[in-house]
Amino acid sequence: MDDFIVRALLGGMAVALVAGPLGSFVVWRRMAYFGDTLAHSALLGVALGFLIGLNVNLTVVILCVTLALVLMLLQRQRRLATDTLLGILAHSSLSLGLVAVAFLEGVRIDLMAYLFGDILAVSHEDLIWIFLGGVLALGMLAALWRPLLAITVHEDLARVEGVRVTLVSMGFMLLMALVIAVAMKVVGILLITSLMIIPAAAARRLSSTPERMALFAALIGCLAVAGGLWGSLTWDTPAGPSIVVAAALLFAVIFSLPGAALLRRLRTPS
Amino acid sequence: MFPLSRLIRSRDDAVPARGALVAARQVGLVAGGRRILDGVDMAVEAGRIVTLIGPNGAGKTTLLKVLLGLLSPTGGQVLRRPGLRIGYMPQRIQVDEILPITVRRFLGLGGRFPKDRLARVLAEVGCAHLLEQPVQSVSGGEMQRILLARALLREPHLLVLDEPAQGVDVAGQGEVFQLIARLRDRYGCGVLMVSHELHLVMAAADSVICLNQHVCCTGQPDVVSRDPAYLKLFGKTMPAGMVLYTHHHDHRHDLHGDVVAFEGEGPPGRGCPGSEAHRHHG
Repeated sequence: MDDFIVRALLGGMAVALVAGPLGSFVVWRRMAYFGDTLAHSALLGVALGFLIGLNVNLTVVILCVTLALVLMLLQRQRRLATDTLLGILAHSSLSLGLVAVAFLEGVRIDLMAYLFGDILAVSHEDLIWIFLGGVLALGMLAALWRPLLAITVHEDLARVEGVRVTLVSMGFMLLMALVIAVAMKVVGILLITSLMIIPAAAARRLSSTPERMALFAALIGCLAVAGGLWGSLTWDTPAGPSIVVAAALLFAVIFSLPGAALLRRLRTPS
Repeated sequence: MFPLSRLIRSRDDAVPARGALVAARQVGLVAGGRRILDGVDMAVEAGRIVTLIGPNGAGKTTLLKVLLGLLSPTGGQVLRRPGLRIGYMPQRIQVDEILPITVRRFLGLGGRFPKDRLARVLAEVGCAHLLEQPVQSVSGGEMQRILLARALLREPHLLVLDEPAQGVDVAGQGEVFQLIARLRDRYGCGVLMVSHELHLVMAAADSVICLNQHVCCTGQPDVVSRDPAYLKLFGKTMPAGMVLYTHHHDHRHDLHGDVVAFEGEGPPGRGCPGSEAHRHHG
């Protein structure tokens, strides 16, 4: 197998392994649109990175976290619903990113690569970033797991029971920003949320506990990466979108499985 | 170990009066230009059941949230005993179908506790058989018991219950309040609850606070139920089916066993002065 395919597989699967568990929380907490908004703002982070000459991964994380904080503040007012706010922020930050990129002089940015991913061009350096970021994200998620689950089920109850809700939800936002920065290379900022949400949604049918759903989401994500890459090489289709299509197909298959027997087998702990 | 901090803090005026677990002092809350709470004074003591009643929009749940520290009052002060452990049962809890979680896991989210405690608490509230079921599959009444179990697992000093009998049929409601009274006896905890089930509440509570933005009247249940402010809010008529649980002391017996009308006697309670003059929305 060619070297670049191995790198693509490794990078893609590493991202999927993190996106699955995190995506489960995105689905449980109904934050799909929120994730999308953060991802959209990533392009502005990219432009900023080039502009001030910092590592792009870093500026993406910083920008996503800033946006998340702005959103938290804006949510305190009651006049605009959250989805309206998200719509405003998502599209204005994406457009601002596109405008900023146009202003960059002397730098040619491959816009398509950032928007839709360029997994076949993942370098050794990219792999290191993905692994480091992925391990950090998984570690944080593990540490936050129980309080995060508690505030997902009922925020007020968790707060009375001593969970530091603001801290935990800010940690969660930081995690999402981290994963977006890491996954950007693989599926691109426009498709990142799909890699979090589709495998998690598909995993629901196979799971009876939160942990199992997170695990299955990670596995389904890996399958989607492998399937998408294979399809991309076979039919010469764009790799990022092919991965998302593969994930969607897996979702469709799992949901149309006749299931009762299968479900029982999967749900009973062995 | 006796915490030194308590010694020091007991001189602090941010600690409620002796015996009180939590207290409100002239608590007011204005949100969105609307006054929701106004000069509320109240306290809950260990071993006592205090029930908040009041019409819709009276600010009952808001007051609970202020006392729990979930909302900050815009005026006045909330005092909590240092180190106070609260068991909270929110009004309604609905876990999304997308989150696969069993009752056992749900109970475990409240914190760590020894295993034998789980068995004991489950037996007390009567929901041991639900343990391995998905949370989404239990009925409204069962969910109330599960929430109560989660609160009790913390071995709370104070139980705060927001409409504990909600979604429970009439027969079950009496049971819920009996259970709460039993738990109070057993744990010696204070209980603060909001309820609409007026007459069941009257039977179970040690004291009743009738709230309508401000405290309209407060005292022992039978006193409150005859207070003009209470009658103005809830009227004199009582649903026939509820009579089972109520006991109105509108008369007493003299030494010869003859019935004597009650007039201004009885257990102490207090209505707010001039309560007739207050404007009651509702």
